Amino acid sequence: MPNVNRRQWLTASGANLSAAGEPTAQASGGETKWKTISPRDVIKNRHLPNVVLTTHEGKKVRFYDDLMKDKIVVINMMYATCEGVCPRITSNLQQVQKFLGDRVGRDIFFYSITLKPEVDTPAVLKKHVAMHKIKPGWTFLTGAPADIELLRRKLGFSDPDPEVDKDKANHIGNVRYGNEALMLWAAAPGLSKASAIAESIKWVDWPKEEAATKVKGDRK
Amino acid sequence: MAKISKARLKAQENARKNRQELIGVSRRDLMKMGLLTSAGLLVPKRGLSARALNSAGWLESGSSGDDIPCQSPPTTPFIEELPNHMNGGMVIHSPVAAFSNEAACPAQAAPSGCPNDGRTQPHQAFAQRPPVKKYEVSQRRTLKSVHPALPLQPLWGFARRQVDGAVDPNTHTGVAWTPGPTFVARYNEAVLVRNFNDLPPPQLNDGFGLPSVVTHLHNGHTPSESDGFPCDYFERGQFYDQHYPNVLAGINSTHPGTGDINESLSTLWYHDHRIEFTAPNVYKGLAGFYILFNELDTGDENTGFKLPSFPQFDIPLIITDRSFSPETGLLCFDMFSLDGVLGDRFLVNGKIQPFFNVQPRRYRFRVLDGGPSRFYQNFLLDPTSPSTINKFWHIANDGNLLPRPLLVNSIRLGVAERHDIIIDFRPFAGKTLYLENRLEQQDGRGPTNNLLPPGQGHKLLKFIVGGTPVPDGSADPSTQTFYPLPPRPTPRITRTFRFDRTNGQWAINNKLMPGDCSDIRFRVQRNSGERWILQNNSGGWQHPIHIHFEEFQLVRRNSRIIQAGDPEFARKDVVRLNFNEEVELLFRFRDFRGRYPMHCHNTLHEDHAMMLRFDIEDVGDNKTEP
Repeated sequence: MPNVNRRQWLTASGANLSAAGEPTAQASGGETKWKTISPRDVIKNRHLPNVVLTTHEGKKVRFYDDLMKDKIVVINMMYATCEGVCPRITSNLQQVQKFLGDRVGRDIFFYSITLKPEVDTPAVLKKHVAMHKIKPGWTFLTGAPADIELLRRKLGFSDPDPEVDKDKANHIGNVRYGNEALMLWAAAPGLSKASAIAESIKWVDWPKEEAATKVKGDRK
Repeated sequence: MAKISKARLKAQENARKNRQELIGVSRRDLMKMGLLTSAGLLVPKRGLSARALNSAGWLESGSSGDDIPCQSPPTTPFIEELPNHMNGGMVIHSPVAAFSNEAACPAQAAPSGCPNDGRTQPHQAFAQRPPVKKYEVSQRRTLKSVHPALPLQPLWGFARRQVDGAVDPNTHTGVAWTPGPTFVARYNEAVLVRNFNDLPPPQLNDGFGLPSVVTHLHNGHTPSESDGFPCDYFERGQFYDQHYPNVLAGINSTHPGTGDINESLSTLWYHDHRIEFTAPNVYKGLAGFYILFNELDTGDENTGFKLPSFPQFDIPLIITDRSFSPETGLLCFDMFSLDGVLGDRFLVNGKIQPFFNVQPRRYRFRVLDGGPSRFYQNFLLDPTSPSTINKFWHIANDGNLLPRPLLVNSIRLGVAERHDIIIDFRPFAGKTLYLENRLEQQDGRGPTNNLLPPGQGHKLLKFIVGGTPVPDGSADPSTQTFYPLPPRPTPRITRTFRFDRTNGQWAINNKLMPGDCSDIRFRVQRNSGERWILQNNSGGWQHPIHIHFEEFQLVRRNSRIIQAGDPEFARKDVVRLNFNEEVELLFRFRDFRGRYPMHCHNTLHEDHAMMLRFDIEDVGDNKTEP
């Protein structure tokens, strides 16, 4: 059975609800001092701030509302003058994009956020996109340095040791992927096999209507 | 000395330039600060600065004003009883006559042919050891109280599918157990588990967890297709048959037909091992015990080694640390962490800081560090005399009985390690004691190795010792011996593995684990010996490394030779890699073929590719740094 259309699925499943209207926030002792916050909002509040960013095309966008909400996303951090690992990951993600085909830009979105917003202006990023022949569905983003730093921390691209964390490129090798509506988030090494990264991204894909079908081949 | 390739040099130079650009300090400055090694690797360094981390390992708001800490609401300790097999808090798995779908989907060596059978490989040992017991398991969502001050928690657990009733199709919720039902298995009684994935669809995952699973039997001498290989996952609505032959290592090789009795295992555990999603899935509760008895370790204190009788005086303890939201009271998990997750609440067998009424006699405790990232050093504390050392007997390391019991002050546990201990409560009749963790750990990277003062550690479990003398049929550990260590194999090959990071990606020998598990890093020759050197060149991280299939013997830590009388003079399946440490392990890989992983058992490191696949085949390769 092919995947249902994302919008149909979101409507049909009531993905904004928490678990089937059930009283999970009820205290075992009958007390009701707990707030009811949907788990999706918990993740949004904790990790997906709605800061304003600017795309490589100069468009202002809100991180949660415009880039994350209801989408399958692939996020990495980079900067235009980064040598070595960044271009290798960019080129690898281009292969991943090929594997995912025309879904990229439709319900799967790639985002590269600069670690050097001071120098990576929209114009610089636009040039970067042209130079690497980046295809549609993949947006490069810059913004106010404080907002970028906030995102870097919230998205887990920081290090627990502040001394090590002075090197903001510390986690540059990781590619985060997730499905915002399904509350599924994970990461893959950016230099891993492109086909494997594409497979990982499909793990957070919209559920098929019939789950009880054999979905894997022989993975020997 | 290994030659450094041109490409590697170029990569190092690029990395250096990138770092300098971003930090604005030179290589010389970094070297001075001790942050850069001569190889050009940025090393995490401890003790350079105060950390703005709260007890849960979350960055406090203040350092950057952003990260919301998940500090648990207050929970009064020691008001609920330890879940165990005597009080109904834990259950023993019950075998079934036949699987509920067995008529349509036969139990056989080959996959059943049913469309919802997740298995693709035949069972290697099915004909040799046909199953004498069958268990039907359901993995499902369940609501569970971990403490009276907190709301019911939506967790994932294991159910006895023919005993615990059905899953409600509207809420996708049913009766389930976490820790899961305990398997009580015996050597030479093969078991077949039909494991159903009855988990809810992903949008009902309560915030984290992927409803795609594979259950690993940790330390089983299990053929690959039943071991719980990370890419043998099965989806909602599917089932997967796991055949546990319960045979001793050597059965098809060094000790044909019987296996080597000195390779006996006793405390195993099972847990989810889904590639890239193990940490959230196990955090939600997908773990349980698997206890293996034989003619010597019988579970009856009147026979064999006369160890305290199961289940009355033989108590498994899975210790986990968790955090709960101060707003919702519900379990918190940081899916965005690459480094490790600490909790500020300690659960034993699924309850926050329980108490346990014991009689003044000997008990066997099977202590398991259930992760995800915390290490423990557990002492027995008498609060009326905190500085007194109360010794106890250490009888098994990673569930394998030691050559003989050791009288110890404490036990050190990394994630997934199991230590069996015997505590004799007779001298403490009428008193109260605590199992106390004194190992300091400030974030998910590993402990500092500092010990907290007695009485100021984390009290995990309270023992209330009865005052009335009782009979004790168990043997005095000081007079006992168990299994001698099997002779060490002559290695066919020595292989070296560096556990490291490259651009923040966890790596082994600078290589990454692809999510499709397709990369066979090396081939071990079946029925041969190997020497593995494991290296941790970091001063900032510790890694509990687990190797599937056959235990190893630890030969040395750096230059220190592990000798008789050391708790690590043992057969083990997890080795703690301390700061800047190199360990040497000796293995035999016997009897079965197939795919197995080696990985860090800090589940956040594991999910982020600190793993490799090796295959056991009839012909091995000669890769020394695979």
